[in-house]
Amino acid sequence: MMAEALRESGRVAALDVERIRKDFPVLEQEVRGKPLVYLDSAATSQKPRAVIDAVARYYLEDNANVHRGVHLLSERATQAYEGARERVQRFIHAAEAHEIVFVRGTTEAINLVAQTYGRRRVGPGDEILITVMEHHSNIVPWQMLCEEKGAVLRVAPMDDEGQLLLDELERLIGPRTKLVALGHVSNALGTIHPVRRIVEMAHRRKVPVLLDGAQAVPHLAVDVQALGCDFYAFSGHKLFGPTGIGVLYGRSELLEEMPPWQGGGDMISSVTFEKTTWNKLPYKFEAGTPDIAGAIGLGAAIDYVSALGFPAIAAHEHDLLAYGTEALRQIPGLRLVGTAKEKASVFSFLFGEVHPHDIGTILDREGVAIRTGHHCAQPLMRRLGVAATARASLAFYNRREDVDALVAGLHKVREVFG
Amino acid sequence: MSSELRDLYQEVVIDHSKKPRNFRKPEGANRSAEGINPLCGDQITLYLKLSGDVIEDIGFQGAGCAISKASASLMTAALKNKTKAEAEALFERVHSMISEGPKSKVDAQEMGKLAVLSGVWEFPSRVKCATLAWHTLRSALDGAGAPVSTE
Repeated sequence: MMAEALRESGRVAALDVERIRKDFPVLEQEVRGKPLVYLDSAATSQKPRAVIDAVARYYLEDNANVHRGVHLLSERATQAYEGARERVQRFIHAAEAHEIVFVRGTTEAINLVAQTYGRRRVGPGDEILITVMEHHSNIVPWQMLCEEKGAVLRVAPMDDEGQLLLDELERLIGPRTKLVALGHVSNALGTIHPVRRIVEMAHRRKVPVLLDGAQAVPHLAVDVQALGCDFYAFSGHKLFGPTGIGVLYGRSELLEEMPPWQGGGDMISSVTFEKTTWNKLPYKFEAGTPDIAGAIGLGAAIDYVSALGFPAIAAHEHDLLAYGTEALRQIPGLRLVGTAKEKASVFSFLFGEVHPHDIGTILDREGVAIRTGHHCAQPLMRRLGVAATARASLAFYNRREDVDALVAGLHKVREVFG
Repeated sequence: MSSELRDLYQEVVIDHSKKPRNFRKPEGANRSAEGINPLCGDQITLYLKLSGDVIEDIGFQGAGCAISKASASLMTAALKNKTKAEAEALFERVHSMISEGPKSKVDAQEMGKLAVLSGVWEFPSRVKCATLAWHTLRSALDGAGAPVSTE
C-alpha cells in the first residue's frame, strides 16, 4: 500500500481533514478538560453523521420487517436492506450480491464458516493453518472445530518485524490442510500481509483461504476477486458503520455447498414438520430478522468512505504513519513493536519499563484515547515476549496534531515515572 | 499533572512499582495462588509461609502495571506476621477503600501506607489492577488451587 500510496499521492487530491472531522460529531468534544484525540480506531471507528442519520431515518420513516410484508414500508425496508448488500458487493468487488451474507461481525462470520464449511470438510487428522498474528476471533473458532473433529491447528510464524515468513507458511500447507485462515491486516501490529501471494500458494494445493479483513477494509481498497480468496470477513463498526453488523463474503460454489448454520425464519423456502428446504443464497445463512438498520448504516458508511476514495485515504494515512513513526522514534526509551515494510496506520509500542496500562491511563487524562493490553492476540504477545503493548491506531480523520498530542502525552508519562 | 493523576501515581506507588518489596518466593512457602487480570495481562503468583494461623513470610512474583505491582508490594509488607483473620479483615477494608472511594466506611488515614491506594477509585478501569493481589491473597488463604481472575 505504501508504495502505491506514495505514487498516487502526487495526483490524488489531498483529504480536507478539517472538513471531514466536522462530519464526525463525537470528535468535537473535550474529555477530561482536553480536546479528544481519538487514536483507537482499530478497536472501533467513529461514525460520520451520514451513518447516524441513515440509521435514524430508517427508524423514523421506513421501519418494517424485510422480505415479508406486502405493504409499502416493508417494501422500502427490503429495498434499503438489499441496497446495502449491493453496496457491500461493489465495495469488495464480489461477483454476485448473493455472495454477501450479513452477520453480526467478523467473529460471527468466522464462526459461521467454521461451523458449516469446517464441520463438513474437516475430519480427524486434517489441518487448519492460521498465523501467529491472528486475533482470537480467528484462532478460537478453529480450535473449537479441531477439538471437535480431532483435527490439528497449525500456526505460520513471523519475523521480529512482524512479517509472515512466507516460505515457512508455504511449507505448512500440506496434503491434510483443509483451510488457510489469516488476517489481511494485523490488528495488533498493523502489518499488511501479502494475501494475494498466500492465496496463490494455497490454491496451488487446492486449499481454500479465508481472510479476516476487519482491519483492512478501513484502510485499503479490497477486491475479493483479484485477491482470489474464498471467504472474506469484516465488521461494520471498524468501517465507520454501526456495531452489530458485519459481512461474510463467500464464493457462490462454497456457500451453495455449505449447510445452513442457524435455523429459523427467512432461511427456509418451505417448512413442514417432516422436512424443511433451505432458502437460496444468501438467505440460507440469515435466519431471523436481521439487523436491518445496521446494514443500512453500513451501506451509508461505504458510501461515505467511497466518496473520499481509498487513494486519498491511503495517501493521508501514509503521511500519518511516516510522521508518527519518526516522531515516536525520537522519544528515548520508546520501542515500536511491529515495523513491517507494509503497514497500516497503527503504532504498537513499549515505553521503557512503564506498563502499557499505566501509559493508557496517563494519556487518557491528556484526552488521548489509545488501547493497551494484549489486543485479543495473546499468542502474538507471547511470541513477542511481552505481556501487553500500547497501541495508537489512526484513521483518515486523524491529523498530525493528534500524533503531536500523543507524543506530548508520552512526555507526561515520563514525568510521572521519572 | 492533574490532581487525580497525582493521587493515583503517588511517590510511594511509583517507588513500590519500581522496587517491589518481597518480590521473591519465600523459603519454606506452603501456600500459593495465581492471579490474572485478562484485560491487561497482569499476572501474579503469591506465596505464603503459614505457621499455624500466622503469615510468617509472604512474597510474590509476576508482571503487571505499576498499580498492581505496588498494591502487591504494599500488601506483602503489611501482612507479615499477621494472622489469617487479620489478613481477611484487611482485605475487606482495602477492597472497600479502593472500590468505594469516599463512600467507603474505611478511613484512608487509618490505613497506613496502604492509604496511597485510595486514589484508585477515581479510575474505575484500574480498580481491578489494585485489587488483583488481594483477591489472590484470599485464594491462597482459602487454599483453593485454581487461579483467580479479576474478570
